[in-house]
Amino acid sequence: MSPEASLRARAEAQAASLPPLLARAEHLAGTVLLGEHGRRRAGMGDDFWQYRPVQAGDSRRMIDWRRSARGDAQFVREREWQIAQSVILWVDQSASMQFSSDKSLPSKLERARVLALATAILLIRGGERVGLSGTLLPPRRGNNQILRLAEFFSTESAEDYGVPEARAMLPQARGLFVSDFMGDLTPLREALTKAADRGVRGVLLQVLDPSEESFPFRGRTIFESMGGSLRHETLKAGELRDRYLRRLAQRKDELGQLALRTGWQYHCHHSNDAAQMALMWLWQAINRGTA
Amino acid sequence: MFATLSHIGFATPWLLWALVGLPVLWILLRAVPPAPIRRRFPGVILLLGLSDEDTVSDKTPWWLILLRMLAAAAVIIGLAGPILNPDTAEQQGDAPLVVIFDGSWAGAEGWPRRMELAGQLLREAGREGRVAAVLSLSDPRPVSFQPADVIASQLEGVEPRAWGPSAETLSRAAAILSVVGGEFETLWMSDGVSYPGRAAVLQMAEDRGPVTVFESDSAVVALHPAQFADGEILISATRSRSSLASDHVMRAHGRDPAGVSRVLATVPLQFAAGQDAAEVRLSLPAELRARVSRFDLQGTRSAGAVVLSDDSLRRREVALITGRQDREGLELLSPLHYLHQALAPSADLLDGAIEEVIPANPDVIILADVADLTPAEETALVTWVEEGGLLLRFAGPRLAASDLARSEEHPLLPVRLRSGGRTVGGAMSWGAPKALAPFKEESPFYGLPVPEDVSISAQVVAQPDPTLAERVIAELSDGTPLVTRKPLGQGRVVLVHVSANAEWSSLPLSGLFVQMLDRLAVSSVTGQPEAADLAGTTWQPQRVLDGFGRLHDAGTLPGIAGEDLVEAPLGPQVHPGLYQGPTRTLARNVMQPDQQIVAAEWPSSVRVEGLERAEPLMLAGYLLALALILLLLDVIAALALSGRLALRPNKAAVLLLLALPLAQPQPAHADDSFALRATAELALGYIRTGDAGVDQVSEAGLRGLSETLFFRTSVEPAEPIGVDLERDELALFPFLYWPITEAQSIPSVEAYARLNRYLRSGGMILFDTRDADVAGFGTSSPNGRKLRRLAEPLDIPALEPLPVDHVLTRTFYLLQDFPGRHMGRDIWVEAAPADAEQVEGMPFRNLNDGVTPVVIGGNDWAAAWAMDARGNAMFPIGRGFSGERQRELAYRFGVNLVMHVLTGNYKSDQVHVPALLDRLGQ
Repeated sequence: MSPEASLRARAEAQAASLPPLLARAEHLAGTVLLGEHGRRRAGMGDDFWQYRPVQAGDSRRMIDWRRSARGDAQFVREREWQIAQSVILWVDQSASMQFSSDKSLPSKLERARVLALATAILLIRGGERVGLSGTLLPPRRGNNQILRLAEFFSTESAEDYGVPEARAMLPQARGLFVSDFMGDLTPLREALTKAADRGVRGVLLQVLDPSEESFPFRGRTIFESMGGSLRHETLKAGELRDRYLRRLAQRKDELGQLALRTGWQYHCHHSNDAAQMALMWLWQAINRGTA
Repeated sequence: MFATLSHIGFATPWLLWALVGLPVLWILLRAVPPAPIRRRFPGVILLLGLSDEDTVSDKTPWWLILLRMLAAAAVIIGLAGPILNPDTAEQQGDAPLVVIFDGSWAGAEGWPRRMELAGQLLREAGREGRVAAVLSLSDPRPVSFQPADVIASQLEGVEPRAWGPSAETLSRAAAILSVVGGEFETLWMSDGVSYPGRAAVLQMAEDRGPVTVFESDSAVVALHPAQFADGEILISATRSRSSLASDHVMRAHGRDPAGVSRVLATVPLQFAAGQDAAEVRLSLPAELRARVSRFDLQGTRSAGAVVLSDDSLRRREVALITGRQDREGLELLSPLHYLHQALAPSADLLDGAIEEVIPANPDVIILADVADLTPAEETALVTWVEEGGLLLRFAGPRLAASDLARSEEHPLLPVRLRSGGRTVGGAMSWGAPKALAPFKEESPFYGLPVPEDVSISAQVVAQPDPTLAERVIAELSDGTPLVTRKPLGQGRVVLVHVSANAEWSSLPLSGLFVQMLDRLAVSSVTGQPEAADLAGTTWQPQRVLDGFGRLHDAGTLPGIAGEDLVEAPLGPQVHPGLYQGPTRTLARNVMQPDQQIVAAEWPSSVRVEGLERAEPLMLAGYLLALALILLLLDVIAALALSGRLALRPNKAAVLLLLALPLAQPQPAHADDSFALRATAELALGYIRTGDAGVDQVSEAGLRGLSETLFFRTSVEPAEPIGVDLERDELALFPFLYWPITEAQSIPSVEAYARLNRYLRSGGMILFDTRDADVAGFGTSSPNGRKLRRLAEPLDIPALEPLPVDHVLTRTFYLLQDFPGRHMGRDIWVEAAPADAEQVEGMPFRNLNDGVTPVVIGGNDWAAAWAMDARGNAMFPIGRGFSGERQRELAYRFGVNLVMHVLTGNYKSDQVHVPALLDRLGQ
């Protein structure tokens, strides 16, 4: 096989994983559009929002002559979403996200990607600009951006726990951080503080596997992190359960507090629950943030 | 050497000391914690720093330890070799052991039990290191003492013989025993039947050591030879013990007309209580009776319960034919009267014309004074004789007066005859009536006494011929032939030169007449012959009985003298069986008529035991199996405890399956679910060929076609379904796609029946040889040949290449090409009726009604239709745009085809003509 052909074959194999992700995300996004907002939002492509009387400071260009010619007052044609929001996404691609306790369950990462991409689709349909946090993919609009996002979401990272990317955050943008937030919370705290400094508000979505919530382990066990860098041995896993659950609750609480302080919103989603519920919450949370 | 614990003994009791170690095991098991599981878990970060509150590991629970201890104990006890009911009482001592078998047919019933008992006793003796030997009194062989368990393994060679111990075998046995030096213990496997000479052997054995007799307490039953009396078969039975009433069933075996051996009749045979004899009478039609080859008792395997039947039950069929009966009322002068008298007791007589009796294929035809035969009768008779018949002719006035065989030999007469015959000793002649000369040695009558008072007064006279001397088998005292004989084909023609009545001679009045008929094998033999009758003859064994009553080919057994056959006792020289003699077969049965069976009586000095005894049962296997099961339980319990089982129900299921010795196979096909799936929505079907690749393409192809139909038409099929011709109902599918592969197997007869029913009831099969790129239609390719073989049993009408006006060209799309992955043009469908004509102004003929049952082609349509799960085409077609066009046409063909199946000839309806004309641009 010639080098070009093999490259092309590999590229196609890579691209092959995109359509299902896209399809699922679009499918998910479709349910939100139909379910909550109905067709009342079908006119989003049109700019018109309302006419309002001209106020001081409006330039003459802004006067809608057709409407103003009907009467004596002058009107400005106001457009909805004229100043598009930028939403920056961060999906934790680390090894710990690749965990799923059962073959029938999606991994946390899969669920996180689908949710993030579905949100992105919804936002882009709504005319917003969506990008990745950091400098890799600045927020843009248009359907191509969805493809680019899907492409970036399809990479995986080998490190054990992800660190949120807080550089190059646009002022007044919105943020969506999806992770299991199992790693050290300090970088997250710093990132959120930085975001708050820049007026960025947003949403923390914690995706957990059901086994992480229930800790159904017993007997002598050596627990290892997904990357293998951490390990803990116990003789009676069953007795650790209560203390583990306490610590988990503590962490959730900490996340909630952190979000509250920085003006963000926090939600915990389990990968055995329906993705649609999480998306619904995400959509409303982001809308609240942007409204 | 058994350590006994009431009923349980141990082979190696010292191993039980290992049980002392069990408490140590208890402590060890408690100390060692279960092995840890490695588990990937992102939440480990929350666990860091958490220490175990209880530093002692999870203790193995007491019941698990108990389980393991039980398993260990079971292994230890199992290895110690526990035996239930060990033998402790019998045959202590270490003297050599002699196992004596009566070895007669009487022991064949229950022989396996005897062998088992003997083997058991010998193996026990073997464990004690004793030597042993085996002696069969019916067939004694020199003994050599060998370790008892070696002898036990050689017991298979001892078999019951079809005879009992005779004086000769007993003397040989005594000689063998007397050679054995020193003391020995005797185990006597008696058959339960007494015989002369037994006491002497018993005395010999008792002199040398203790004797134990094992014999069954059931009676020995035997059948006496069958007799023929009063038109019925009479068989008597006898038994050795008469205390209880018993019922048996006697069966008559023989060949049916097809030559298959089967039971021809069954009769109940009942012994009354206190009676040791019973009798059964069996009335069978002559035809059936002649086919009976043996009688036996159902469920009794012994030579004594088998009676072989020979010619004595068989009655010969003799046809008696005479010339015109013009002298009414003169019974004693009838040419047939004396023949009737002589033959009636022993033969079945046929009367009638020659043409009528020859189809009945009698053994003998007797023509009494018949001279004139029509050419047809003559030909039939000659054919019959040449096939092995015996034609016996008697002379008489009519034969003497006729011109038969005057100048040349007649085929149905052994000699030429002088005209007129001669008369001696009458009123008008000189000389006295002639007497018979003694029979010559080569004559079949040789040895028969010639009575003085037989005289011949008239006869027909043979012409002297070169062959005359060798054809004469009886002559008068003056040397004139009286009986002449010649072979004809496989049969014989015999002429008695006197008449069959007493007119010409006193021969028919004498006993010699009957004996001569007997020697000529005209009459049937009845009853057992006496030894004197058989003196000087040699009889060759054909089939012989073994002790179990089974018939075997006699092989190379030597022939025996006739008197021995009747009188000599059975033994290694005289086997019971069927013997072939010069003129007949004779059966020698185990029992002689009126022979009785006497139960064996044993003196009080010997111990007599039954064949039943409590068997020592080796428990080791059961205990070790128990240990295995316990260990398996331990595995499951340990897994469950360590949490490996709880999270992985699949693995638990696998373990449980392993633990179950037999996993029930799932029924391969739940019929209803298949039918529901196929009928809930319209589904296209394809025949599974057994080639996974081809089947996959078929399924993908039909899926693609289904999708296309879904998008373009109002036909909305569900997922296509693979059909197994051998199992699945075809009638559920309107359309079947059948790709031909070379390797697929030919369906069974039932599958073809289903296929034909399917085709007749309106189904359609699309046969696809998939090779239109390399071959045209026909047998030019392997797939084409395979298709021909597959379709041969199918009910397919005459075919023709698809005509341009066939309804398939316009059921949905207007098409003239039907490409698949290949562009072959040849597609064959049911031929149009011969009278289909194009009407003026019509674009197409009014063709046949209904749907063509088959469409045959080779364009590999499935490959062109094939779509993967995302709706992408699976196979490239052609090149560039033209390829896509070809694929589109393939889809259109598929749509047309399914439309044709579902709507039939709807588009042939003339109603559509204007619209179609419009579309066609005319």
